[in-house]
Formats: sequence, structure tokens, C-alpha cells
Amino acid sequence: MRAAFLGGIYSNWIGLEAALADARARGAEEVFCLGDVGGFGPHPDRSIELLRSAGIRMVQGNYDDAVGNAREDCGCGYTDPRDNHFARISYAYTLERTSAAHRPWLAGLPHALEVDAGKLRLALVHGSPRQQNEFLWETTTPVAFLERLCDLARADVLLCTHTGLHWQRLLPSGRRVVNVGALGRPANDGRTCVWYAMLDTEDSREPFRFLPLEYDHDRLAREMRDERLPEEFVETVITGWWTTCLEILPAKERMRGRF
Amino acid sequence: MDARAGSRTTQLAAPDARSGAEAGGPRVAFRWLETLWIQVAGTLCNIACRHCFVSCGPTATQLPMMSVEEVQRALDQGAEAGMRQVYFTGGEPFLHPEIRTLVDRALEVAALTVVTNGILLDAETVAWLAEAFARATSSLDLRVSLDGATAERNDAVRGRGTFGRIVAALERLGRAGLSPVVTVVEHEAGLEGAEARAGFLAFVRSLGIERPRVKFLPLLRIGREERRTHGYHGPLGDEPLLPAVESSLLCATGRCVTARGVSTCPILVEHPGARLGSTLAEASRDIRLGWSACQSCVLDGLRCNT
Repeated sequence: MRAAFLGGIYSNWIGLEAALADARARGAEEVFCLGDVGGFGPHPDRSIELLRSAGIRMVQGNYDDAVGNAREDCGCGYTDPRDNHFARISYAYTLERTSAAHRPWLAGLPHALEVDAGKLRLALVHGSPRQQNEFLWETTTPVAFLERLCDLARADVLLCTHTGLHWQRLLPSGRRVVNVGALGRPANDGRTCVWYAMLDTEDSREPFRFLPLEYDHDRLAREMRDERLPEEFVETVITGWWTTCLEILPAKERMRGRF
Repeated sequence: MDARAGSRTTQLAAPDARSGAEAGGPRVAFRWLETLWIQVAGTLCNIACRHCFVSCGPTATQLPMMSVEEVQRALDQGAEAGMRQVYFTGGEPFLHPEIRTLVDRALEVAALTVVTNGILLDAETVAWLAEAFARATSSLDLRVSLDGATAERNDAVRGRGTFGRIVAALERLGRAGLSPVVTVVEHEAGLEGAEARAGFLAFVRSLGIERPRVKFLPLLRIGREERRTHGYHGPLGDEPLLPAVESSLLCATGRCVTARGVSTCPILVEHPGARLGSTLAEASRDIRLGWSACQSCVLDGLRCNT
């Protein structure tokens, strides 16, 4: 069995459309999304409509909870004033442009999904099983901590997103944690592609692979400029380097980026 | 969520300060162990800042330095509890003669931040840190404290001549490809406001640190600072905190280990009444915010972690 797992969409509807086609072409029988449909990019309704019409099974992200319930802020969990400044711009835009008809759907999404994939029991969450906006970075997630999260989720494989950077680790217990990354923006590596994860239950050695996805990022950048979204966001789309939300990065991840 | 704005509704108690932590104040449920603070150097420090919240200094021996075994025990207990990150604090952690062993041991089990004044970071130590950073799979962070972009501002608080020595250390770290988090206390030097913050960021970049990271801390009116600005006007009342405020407090997901036991947080280590036990397991329980210092976090929005 093959299944695709998409991380934060952040309104990159062009990347989402490309990912759905790519996953199907690669034989994915099912596609899951781990939440955060809106934020950062343009026209939030377009991504929602793509996901709903394709019948994608979804987990709720903090952004979906915020927009769906018209909360005061996006609940991303930033602490730095500059990060919060850009988060506010992005949230105000997304909240205003998400049609009322979609809000109950966002508000009603589940916090977690349990999926049986062959012999594997998967748990899908947005941040972590204990907190919707917990950041699971590669370099600040000790093995004993991840084992605990797998206990909590009662899963062989725990899948998450929220950080925007993909990584996976096989634990001493034989269980696995996979951060599927994000479709919404590049992985702060100087490349314009975005990433998602594919499960192949037939491949016992390497069941999860991360797939880079090229999409029409120039078109996304044009639409973002037309919508007067911050030029800092556009720069990330066309260069592959993060320019905002940097203060939440652990030292190691920060040093891999340009800014 | 704006914890600070939300918390403004909390009523202050009358100014007849209670002293015992268990006596009263809003309850904070212990959620899980996210962050383990370890006061490796005790209260020993090579400088004596006027605003230090634990009255540390060259002759401050209220809390002794921890042995490697004591630190290892704390790390083992933290790993057992599923912690995510460790902070080494003091005093000045680089005064510890075994600091390199301690850094290595911590990085084996979690991400590590060393909170330092930077003065002891000579070329050889910086080279070792750069190597440790590259070697470890967990993140290693340094938090260097400074109090302004000029010697005049900084030295008034941290002591004469400290500015030049701290800046030299920051330049060495930048040259070694490390990016310390520069912590600044927003005291009356006027670092509040977006423009002042941007200016400080530009200053750090000018020291050769390409990806500057700055954390602004509110002033804590406790410790030696209490004698300078007369502290807070008593502890918090008993009314429950807003859930978002309560869950965001450091003491909801953190504990601090010293040579004398486990305390609620790094700020209250000098108060015997804030000691919750001798092991992390004993200390992993709900507490009440019965201390005047708790206002720093509830009202001023202080979060000691980066």
C-alpha cells in the first residue's frame, strides 16, 4: 500500500494541486494532510476547496483551529516580536479571505487520526500528540522524548508537521517519528521545491521517503504580490530561504539557513 | 495568544507579602517536563551585575557548584521523564572546571543551552564549542547576556570593563561560525520598542554574527535588583490564571536542579520554600505561585527559555 502525507499547505494551492497529481502518479491510494491549510500564501479558499473536493483526510492544525473559530491570533507559538509581526499580517489576511462557508469545516477537523497501514499503526497529528502547536525539530527531540510521544499516541509511526522542516528517525524500540515537512514553503535550503512524505508498506527497509516537489513557484510569487502579501514571504518562495519565523529555529537548523 | 495582556486581569494581593510558596497564590498544574535547568555553577559568578535575579557573584556561595555526578543524576532523571532540553546556568557555568564534560554529557541526552556572560569564552574554549556544535546531533546553544550596545550602558549594570570583554567573546563566536542568542534585559537603558530592538540586532550583526539572534528579557525586580528598585508590591492573589497563561509558564513544564535539590524554577533557587524535593520525580507536581517573583512571569511575561 502507498499513501502520501502532506504537511502545512499555507495556502500554496498551486503546490497542493501539483502534489495531489504527483502522489497519484506515484501510486498513492490515499492522501492525508496534517493541517494548517492557510497562512503565508494567497487565496486560502482555493486550497480548502482542493482538499475538500479531493476528499483528503485531514488533521486540524493550529491555523485551522484559529481561522475556523475566528480566534485572536494564529496560535503558531512564536515568541519573537518580528516573527509575531509577520504572523499577524498573514493571519489577518487569511482570516478575512477564508469564506464563512469553510469555517465550520476547519473548526470541526480532528486533532489526530489513527490509520492502520498494513501491519503499521500510524498516528497523524499536527504538532505533537500532546499539543497542537508543539514544534518537533530534528535537533531538539531526544530519543527518550520521542519514545514517550509514541507511547502517548499508541503508534508504531508518529507523523507530524508544524515546523516546516522534514526529518525522520527510527527509534530504538523500532517505532518511527516522521515530520513530513511542509507543502507551503521551501525547506530553508536554497531550493524552490517543497516536500511531502510517501509511505510504501512493501518497503520494510525504508517505508517512508521524502519527495521534493517542483511546482510553478513563480506563479505563486506573482499571486502573493498581487494580494500585497509581504515581500519577505515572496522572497522565501523564489529563493528557498526563510526570511521570517526564524527565531523559533534551534541553533542547528538556523545555521543551515541563510538568515 | 497574548499571555501578557490576558494576565493583566489577575488581581494583586495586598502588599503584606507572604513568604511561603505553599501559602497561597494561583495554582499551576505540572504538565510535563519540557525543560530541565541545572545550576551547574551554583551562585558563583565572575561578575556581580546590579540587576542579577539570584544575587550571584565572585563571593556568592549560597548555592555550591554541582559535581559531575550530581549533574549526571539530574540528566538521567530528566531523560527518564522525557525532557526535551537542558539549560546550564549559575552563576557562570564556564567557571565549572568540568564544564566540557558536562556539555558532552548533556548533549548525549537532550538539546543544550548554556547561559553565560561570555567573559570566559577565550579562543580555545570557542574552538572547542564550535567542534562540539558540529559533532552533536542535538542542538547546542549559547546564551550570552549583554545590556546595551555601548560600554556606557552595559557597564553601568554589569560592571566596569565587561562590555569590551563580552563583545570580544561575541566576535570570537561569530568568527567560529556560531550564533549565540544575545540576551538583553530591558532595563531603563530604553531597549523597549521595535526600533531599539532592530538597532540592537544590527549591532550584534556588526560583530560578525551573520544570523543574529536576540532575546529581550523584562527586568526582574528581585534578587539584587530588588534592593535597587524595591521589588514588587507583594504576591499574586488566589484567583485562577487564564488557562493560556498558566500552561505557558515555565513552571508548568520545567524544573531547576541545584546542589540543594529541585526547585520550581531558576529564579526561585535561593528560596528554601520553593524547593520541591530532592529528585525530579518528587518535584513533578502542581505548585502555587506564592512568591512576589512570580509576578515577573505572570505580569511581565518573562520566559527564561529561549
